[in-house]
Amino acid sequence: MKFGVVRFPGSCDDVDALDAATLVGDAVPLWHAERDLKGVEAVVVPGGFSYGDYLRAGAIARFAPVMEDVIEFAHEGGLVLGICNGFQVLCEAGLLPGALLPNASLRFVCRQVELEVLDPDTSFTRACARGQRLSVPVKHTTGRYYSPDPVHALLRYAPGQNPNGSQDDIAGVCNEQGNVFGLMPHPEHAVDPLTGSTDGLRIFESIRAEIDDRVVA
Amino acid sequence: MRARVLVRPKRGILDPQGQAVERALPALGFEGVRNVHIGRLIELDVEDPARLPEMCERLLANPLIEDYEIVGGEG
Repeated sequence: MKFGVVRFPGSCDDVDALDAATLVGDAVPLWHAERDLKGVEAVVVPGGFSYGDYLRAGAIARFAPVMEDVIEFAHEGGLVLGICNGFQVLCEAGLLPGALLPNASLRFVCRQVELEVLDPDTSFTRACARGQRLSVPVKHTTGRYYSPDPVHALLRYAPGQNPNGSQDDIAGVCNEQGNVFGLMPHPEHAVDPLTGSTDGLRIFESIRAEIDDRVVA
Repeated sequence: MRARVLVRPKRGILDPQGQAVERALPALGFEGVRNVHIGRLIELDVEDPARLPEMCERLLANPLIEDYEIVGGEG
């Protein structure tokens, strides 16, 4: 299968996302100014500081030309994964409910956290077990998730490990249709034993398994 | 027309910046200050002020987490 990883000016985790995706499939970069998804079967909106995060994190990137295609792709049921800044972009684009606010501590946090899988029956978590813990790093200043309405959370920070004051310890949420998923932690930075954990691979393996099933169906 | 848009965090949403400033003021001897909230001021020249609300809804503010107020211009 083929992943596409969006590259905005200011993206900085696109290369790790490409590397992580390459462990389970093929992966190509998608340039922000081009309206071409290159026939990919899943889109990753990576971490970084797209368009400098001016105004609000993700607020400007949401209007990038490539995002028109990503939004259309999502509306057609395509799988879209937003990581960190990508999560912020997807919320700003209205593909995911809620918003990300500055950390309650007002500090940049960079640390390994334990996540709990709340729902393993989705396209993004099917390679996990219910309640399974994943060790994945976070690194952000604007990661406090907030939604005035109930949401479908797939991952939460393990008790006592909420790094940002996120509502209900939510670390990642998906849309109602289940084909768009955003999370603040970085699964793409946890795919190689060299960096201490390969738990992040479960997310990419889940997407791979989902696409394989779709192709057979 | 010169317009100003005030954007502030919605009531009820934790505003750690406001809290930090509220804690800092007494340290300088400014007692009796409460409910500090920090937002953003956007100044802009617009040809069609009627379109300002739409600009606010779609970009200048995130209505989920922020309230906005359009303040008249100075000509």
